[in-house]
Amino acid sequence: MNRYVIIGNSAAAIGAIQGIRSADTEGSITVITDEPYHTYSRPLISYWLEGKVADENMYYRDKNFYTDNNVEVLYSRRAEKIGKSHVTLDGGEKLPFDKLLAATGSKPFVPPMKGLDKVKNSFTFMTWDSVKAIKKKVKKHTKVLIVGAGLIGLKAAEALYHLDADITVVDLADRILPSILDEDAGRIMQKHIESKGTKFILGTSVEEFSEKSAKLTNGDSVDFDLLIVAVGVRPNTELISQAGGKVDKGIITDDTQLTTLKNVYAAGDCTVSHDCSSDTDRILALLPNAFMQGEVAGKNMAGVEAHYVNAIPMNAIGFYGLHIITAGSYDGEAFTEQDAEKEVYKKLVFKDGLLKGYILMGDVARAGIYTSMIKERIPLADVDVELLKTRPQMMMFGRARRLEKLGGITQE
Amino acid sequence: MKKVYVNEDWCLACHLCEYYCAAANSGAENMIKAFSGGKKPIPRIKVEEGSAINFAVQCRHCDEPACVKGCITGALSVKDGVISCDESRCVGCYTCVLSCPYGCIVISDESKVIQKCDLCIKNNNGDPACVKGCPNGAIVLEER
Ligand SMILES: Cc1cc2nc3c(=O)[nH]c(=O)nc-3n(C[C@H](O)[C@H](O)[C@H](O)COP(=O)(O)OP(=O)(O)OC[C@H]3O[C@@H](n4cnc5c(N)ncnc54)[C@H](O)[C@@H]3O)c2cc1C
Repeated sequence: MNRYVIIGNSAAAIGAIQGIRSADTEGSITVITDEPYHTYSRPLISYWLEGKVADENMYYRDKNFYTDNNVEVLYSRRAEKIGKSHVTLDGGEKLPFDKLLAATGSKPFVPPMKGLDKVKNSFTFMTWDSVKAIKKKVKKHTKVLIVGAGLIGLKAAEALYHLDADITVVDLADRILPSILDEDAGRIMQKHIESKGTKFILGTSVEEFSEKSAKLTNGDSVDFDLLIVAVGVRPNTELISQAGGKVDKGIITDDTQLTTLKNVYAAGDCTVSHDCSSDTDRILALLPNAFMQGEVAGKNMAGVEAHYVNAIPMNAIGFYGLHIITAGSYDGEAFTEQDAEKEVYKKLVFKDGLLKGYILMGDVARAGIYTSMIKERIPLADVDVELLKTRPQMMMFGRARRLEKLGGITQE
Repeated sequence: MKKVYVNEDWCLACHLCEYYCAAANSGAENMIKAFSGGKKPIPRIKVEEGSAINFAVQCRHCDEPACVKGCITGALSVKDGVISCDESRCVGCYTCVLSCPYGCIVISDESKVIQKCDLCIKNNNGDPACVKGCPNGAIVLEER
């Protein structure tokens, strides 16, 4: 009987449990998590803070998930060290394994900033506990300074906006959401968020903090009651590197999610993925990616061959009611359409006869048809490009491909 | 498993399937009530019209469903091969809209959460409303 041990209890871990159980109902599965909760959805923490999602809807899988899948969970415990055939826990206890998965995710990156230690109400925005702590400190008109205008910083801003806080967001970059939006789309989103009363100070960083104020590099200063640092995340790779496994920007695995260590797999935000839209290796810190990598890892751990391929960066997210869906890479020839008044924007990026990436803002209907073009590398020569540009639709595919896709019919 | 398929040579683009679908999932007793009083329930099936060809598209209930695997909250799940959404757990992030290769996840105008075809298992309709209602027999429920 196989003994499976999983470090982490989030999307990648759950994917692995489902992957293992699809192939092996007998082996024992032990999950080690340093958080005290039944698996919950990390992206929901901002919705919880805002009051849109109640405690009972935070959970990523239902209450019976562990019993149904015969999983033992060790809550509030840390894995300290990975050995050849056992994991050492905090307190020194040793847990033997036949197959191990590192699904350790990422942690907030807090760069050294002068005076940060003087700020008592300083938080990051990563865990349920972090938003529980924030909630206790926020009232109407609480002055909040958020450092970082990326996805996490702006999700925090959105939640606090619903709590009627006074929000200022500072970022070193001169535009918001640079990882997923181009300049035009970023401008529309920035205007949208500003129209709700949230202030941005861009192209600027904090020179020095005092307890309740930040002096900025542009000479201004911003007073605050509460500080949120959301400048980025870093993968939790130490357990693997200390055990001698290969780590670059994140943990290196092959496409079965096996690390360079025997019997040790890794999945999710802690790993490096191959982005097939840009043909580069990078961290794709996204929940769908984490789940699917975990599932592939789990199957392989249980002896059923599976490969994780066709990964691309892709985001579906909304801020203050304005939705965006983006995918792939933006390097190539662009086709754009926009109506800034109506907050609608579309960008399609073509290269090498393929759709490589897109940005849809405002009208995001049926975006997945574009995503499939990128992932499946369907040549533009095989589709009606004029229809493709109009909107995502199955009509753009030729009859044979459409019948295969929709009808389960393969024609000779 | 039996799934809904559309014969594109027979589809007249009459859009009746969309009305039957929307009505069946609206909770109203009949079509007239479903669309009365300015209500506009939205269909989970979509007719695409072309110059020479038309067809309806709805959830393929994939064996490896990208929507379910990608769902950030756990609202989407598979039971006995049918993919359905617990709308009370959907926050409208649209990761499933991003993921569905057929464009078959629709967004509710009202609540902004998503809706999708569940083969009419939740609405006590029996056979899917689109199949029953298609006047030209272009939509079928069958094993392939
Ligand atoms: C505010 C916010 C909003 C987001 N919104 C979206 C979104 O809309 N869409 C999207 O796709 N993604 C979103 N993400 C990203 C998404 O949450 C992650 O991609 C996903 O959670 C990754 O899952 P994971 O299993 O790899 O790791 P994680 O969720 O990071 O979980 C790893 C777990 O392992 C634990 N752990 C680490 N080391 C140890 C150890 N040594 N011992 C024990 N336990 C350990 C950690 O404490 C953590 O609980 C968001 C993230 C945040 C913070």
